Amino acid sequence: MKTIIFKTASTYLLPILLLFSVFILLRGHYLPGGGFVGGLIASIAYVLHSFANGLDRTKDVIKFHPGFLMPVGLSLSLLSGMAPLLHELPFMTGLWAHDPVPVLGNIGSALFFDIGVYLVVVGVVLTIIFTISESI
Amino acid sequence: MLIAVLSGFILALSLPLTGKIFKGKLSVLLSALPIILFAYFISFMPEVGEGRELRYFYEWVPSAGINLSFHLDGLSLLFTLLITGIGSLVFLYTSAYLKGHEYLDRFYGYLSMFMGSMLGLVLSDNIICMFIFWELTSISSFFLIGFNNENEESRKSSLLALSITGFGGLFLLAGMITLGYAGGSFSFTELLASSALIKSHELYGLILFCLFMAAFTKSAQFPFHFWLPGAMAAPTPVSTYLHSATMVKAGIYLLARFTPVLGNHPWWNNTLIIIGCITMLYAAIHALFRIDMKGILAYSTISALGMLVFLIGLGTDDALLAASVFIIVHALYKATLFLVTGIVDHETNTRNITRLSGLNKVMLPVGITSIVAACVSAGIPPTFGFLGKDLIYEATLHMGDWSPWLTGAAVMTNILLVLAGFLAGVKPFVGQLPAEFKGNVHMPYTLLWLPPMILAALGLIFGLFPVLLEHSLLYPVVTSLINSTPDFHLQLWHGLNLILLLSTITIGSGIALYYILKPSEELLARATRFEGWSPKSIVLLLAGGFSKFSGVWTSLFQNGYLRYYLTTILGFLSVLVAYKLFQGVNIYIDIDSLSNITIYEAVTMFIMAVAIGFAVFSKSRLAAVASMGVVGYAICLIFLFYSAPDLAMTQFSIDTLTVILFVLVLYNLPKYLNLSDTRDKIRDGILALSFGALISIIALEVLNEPVNRETSEFYAEKAYTEAHGKNIVNVILVDFRGADTMVEITVLTIAALGVFSLLKLRLKNIEKE
Repeated sequence: MKTIIFKTASTYLLPILLLFSVFILLRGHYLPGGGFVGGLIASIAYVLHSFANGLDRTKDVIKFHPGFLMPVGLSLSLLSGMAPLLHELPFMTGLWAHDPVPVLGNIGSALFFDIGVYLVVVGVVLTIIFTISESI
Repeated sequence: MLIAVLSGFILALSLPLTGKIFKGKLSVLLSALPIILFAYFISFMPEVGEGRELRYFYEWVPSAGINLSFHLDGLSLLFTLLITGIGSLVFLYTSAYLKGHEYLDRFYGYLSMFMGSMLGLVLSDNIICMFIFWELTSISSFFLIGFNNENEESRKSSLLALSITGFGGLFLLAGMITLGYAGGSFSFTELLASSALIKSHELYGLILFCLFMAAFTKSAQFPFHFWLPGAMAAPTPVSTYLHSATMVKAGIYLLARFTPVLGNHPWWNNTLIIIGCITMLYAAIHALFRIDMKGILAYSTISALGMLVFLIGLGTDDALLAASVFIIVHALYKATLFLVTGIVDHETNTRNITRLSGLNKVMLPVGITSIVAACVSAGIPPTFGFLGKDLIYEATLHMGDWSPWLTGAAVMTNILLVLAGFLAGVKPFVGQLPAEFKGNVHMPYTLLWLPPMILAALGLIFGLFPVLLEHSLLYPVVTSLINSTPDFHLQLWHGLNLILLLSTITIGSGIALYYILKPSEELLARATRFEGWSPKSIVLLLAGGFSKFSGVWTSLFQNGYLRYYLTTILGFLSVLVAYKLFQGVNIYIDIDSLSNITIYEAVTMFIMAVAIGFAVFSKSRLAAVASMGVVGYAICLIFLFYSAPDLAMTQFSIDTLTVILFVLVLYNLPKYLNLSDTRDKIRDGILALSFGALISIIALEVLNEPVNRETSEFYAEKAYTEAHGKNIVNVILVDFRGADTMVEITVLTIAALGVFSLLKLRLKNIEKE
């Protein structure tokens, strides 16, 4: 599968797909999208890159083991759920900033929760796929 | 009082941390705990002797009626003194017996945990607490029997003991709950007041059955006796403490404790008399064929426990007094004999009585101790055993029509017990000292022979001056058993009467038998021939069968092949759904209300059908997987047509990843092999089709149900106002049901870790090769 066209395309596709996945993640609250789908798209971007350039190159691009994203994402989600406890509100109560931020719109704890989901999904999918492709 | 009960546990828990300090010579200091406790309980003697009951109450789970309430009456006091008294001696003895043992601290931990649980058991007023402590004694006994855990025999015996006593423990829990239900309270004191009500309750039979099962398994009654001889694999201090003096008496305690509540009913009395009789005779006869000192003592312990059950079964005031005295007598002489056995084993490395003799020449104090204990056991005057035997005969002789039979059984058992006591207690010490022991066998440490000597001396002192125990201990004990003021007077000399005659016959024939019957290997071999018929073999056979059955059952359903799992799951669901549908299908399709089929939908369906056909009949794995991917994408399209963009997007990405995964795995597999024949294919096809059809029928039936829109309306309404989101699906995921998502991503992580560790471990193994 290592054709020149595919290889060249994948170098451009990776950043575009990653951007797209972030876009999907951020719009999730208002329009179709969200952390889960965003994460899947991001992982597809890396898998595509690894198909074209080989696993080792992709690993160089990521620079760290994707498994580390899992605990990071989990903690982020958990912390965003626990943040309301500081305000003596029940676990997972949504907290929202008063003024909308340009581009992003309203910012709330749910957004960070979704980013956590995004990271976990990327970590899980890449860990599974990388491990399996290494073992063959 | 709470501290007294819990101190054993506290010590046990602190030993792993401080164990190093107590491993060496300081281990003897640990004996301070039982000695202090003994002194503490002795201090209650005057108060309890006056007939008062002491109560302590600590709240634990009041909502369930479970509280740490303790009460100290005569019976409890008797047992606490046995536990702490013999405990003190055993603690002292152990420090010399297991001197320098690597895990001495662990051993003390188990011992003190056992002591704590046993104290809790005999002091609890709450019957659920009683059960908890009861189970704790079983568990600590398991640890102690299996203390030499490198020895297979030990591990087997401890497991057997735990299974039998644990099995009984389950019955105890059932019995206690039923009893609490019937009597309306978990407090023993309140149950005592409603004794008449419980005895006429329709569940009385069930309560008795459960209680008996518990007591018989714990106190090694026929046919559950067989764990006790096996438990002798434990170090000797354990056999002394748990398996003769205290733990096995827990069942006796239970029966004695509930005598005033449940007793004096034909079912209660007859069952106990029959089981007690069988046990005491069966075990006493068995004891004759043993040549291992511990084996003899184990069987004579079972026999003595049978005697106690029998006496409690008789249930008269005389019998209960006899039982109380016999508990003390038995604890005194049996613990002594066990401790002596430990010394003999320690010094000569054998317990085989056919090889042991003449040890008096090298360890006279031990020999004297042992012979005195054997005399207490035989009931030779003026020992305390003589009194015990007299009281037993007095009880059986007053039983009306049945008294000749009952007395006969008691005399028979006692004769055999005299013999067993002499075999284990006298034989090793008299006669010629074998040449092999000359020179290398010497006097043991003081801490080894002093504890048994104290016990043997007490056996003699209490016999000479029974008045020492009469008012301070025996009066309150019998009071708590019969629930009224007792009237008796203990004395050695009753004058010439039938009882004295029976005692003489017992001692005479026992000693005569001792000279006639020589234990030998042949006798043991002859007894072993019947092993196949013994309850132990039957239970082991059942256990083996059970384990085989579960093995077959597991490999049938957990066979490790995905295809069989799928077959099982789909087949089971199909049968279940088909059965439900068979009872009545309610499908009504309103053709007019359906929207027209558009060209997009028709084309998508067509693509799907073709892809499925291709997947089924393709000769290449990759092609099959790819066409499954096509099916997935087609489903995405359908989601999109029916306005579920979120679902479509997710399904789309997942399908892509699934295909990639499959390709990754399949890429390296050999070319397509036709592993399933036509019959398998038809079978799988039928299964798939029927499952699909059933699911479709269910889906159609769901359409007929009136739709409950409450939930979706709630979400639609609140999504923007409360969660500031317009995409309801996402708001549900991250806000309304955020906790679900949290758990789901955790599960995902665990799955990824599982894949990672499984494959990486395998990789490492391959690399090693």
